[in-house]
Amino acid sequence: MITKRIIPCLDVKDGRVVKGVRFAGLNDVASPVELAQYYSDHGADELVFYDITASAEGRALFTDILTQTARRVFIPLTVGGGVSSLADFERVLACGADKVSVNSGALRDPDLIAQAARRYGSQCVVLSADIRRVSGRFHVFWGGGRRDTGLDALEWLRRVVALGAGEVVVNSMDTDGVQRGFDLELLQKVVEAVDVPVIASGGAGSAEDFLTLFTALPRVDAGLAASIFHFGQVRIQDLKQQMAARGIPTRLGL
Amino acid sequence: MIAVVDYGVGNLFSLRSSLEYLGQTVRVTGDPAVLAQADRLILPGVGAFGDAARQLRDSGLGEAVCREADRGKPLLGICLGMQLLFQGSLEFGVHRGLGLLPGWVRPIAESISPGHKVPHIGWNALHFLRRVPLFRNTQEGDCVYFVHSFHAASVPDALAVTDYGGVLTAAAGRDNILGCQFHPEKSGRVGLGILQAFCE
Repeated sequence: MITKRIIPCLDVKDGRVVKGVRFAGLNDVASPVELAQYYSDHGADELVFYDITASAEGRALFTDILTQTARRVFIPLTVGGGVSSLADFERVLACGADKVSVNSGALRDPDLIAQAARRYGSQCVVLSADIRRVSGRFHVFWGGGRRDTGLDALEWLRRVVALGAGEVVVNSMDTDGVQRGFDLELLQKVVEAVDVPVIASGGAGSAEDFLTLFTALPRVDAGLAASIFHFGQVRIQDLKQQMAARGIPTRLGL
Repeated sequence: MIAVVDYGVGNLFSLRSSLEYLGQTVRVTGDPAVLAQADRLILPGVGAFGDAARQLRDSGLGEAVCREADRGKPLLGICLGMQLLFQGSLEFGVHRGLGLLPGWVRPIAESISPGHKVPHIGWNALHFLRRVPLFRNTQEGDCVYFVHSFHAASVPDALAVTDYGGVLTAAAGRDNILGCQFHPEKSGRVGLGILQAFCE
């Protein structure tokens, strides 16, 4: 049985992890390289690095730390943030990323998905969408989730999968930051709409939320979260033990 | 020295990094003379079988790899590199492989029950059919990372399988010719243990 993936997400600005990380046993909690290694050693199945830098200097620092991480961490690495061209794909893949996550870049130019899938294969192309309820429908938002595109989220996801996206990250803005569980209503609609792996994001506040996610929606492949892992609210190895105890397929070794 | 065969497909950063992490001297090369000097060869690959087989043939590297393998040099194919070791593939047409192992590469959809997504992406458990030194550091049930839509179905030299709503070939080999359908360079400590065993 393929196992359900647990994916910590690291927001990186100017080469440092932001949002504050509270861990004992790390010399430098803001070092993406150390944190990535820590997660890899503690059972993370994959890592997402999200580059939230605006400046060229910050971008150069980002590729540098990505390279350092990829030399030491041997689990799949996904990189997102500001990807809007094939040159951006090339830049992060050359630094050791395995997959590239595209959000606003695909909204501006959907053909980027098709071009990237042709050149690097669908397995390399992850589409990430920020989704929020607007008068009873699910809309895709952009610009860091500030502006409504007016696009129907399910139509958008079907479209990008047809263009070649190999996985989709569904970030519910309605549940994000609230820590009361994943957006099961939205995720249910997404797993019915597309046949590629679906990664749930937004809303995890406890281990129980992951257990509910995978039990209620067995077609969801992975759960992604940031602060609950960074602040030690949920330890990945404990979470995985609980998943195994509930009969949810999980990878317990390292 | 370990030579990673570079025939113009795929991203070799992780493979090189993992071997260097294990303290190996690595050459990523498309030069047959370097393949001849190497102690061991790794044939990587992602993408389409037909394109990769053509690149190997046109560059003469396929022939060089077979020559070294025939001399008994250890050879490890990874992912598409494993599939290329077989007689051929039915991926979008019929394509000839290197023919170092008997059997054909077929769509995983033929082997799995409906409702399972293709490609098979993620961590899945290894079940061993035969124990060989390549897996001396690996235990029954250890998880490794897969990304593929085709596999060497029901081949006589299968060493390990994985369960994905059906039986998929995870590793195969005969004597010095070895192949992993999964990515050991992306499979955490378990994967490093497999690469370590290959290097010893």
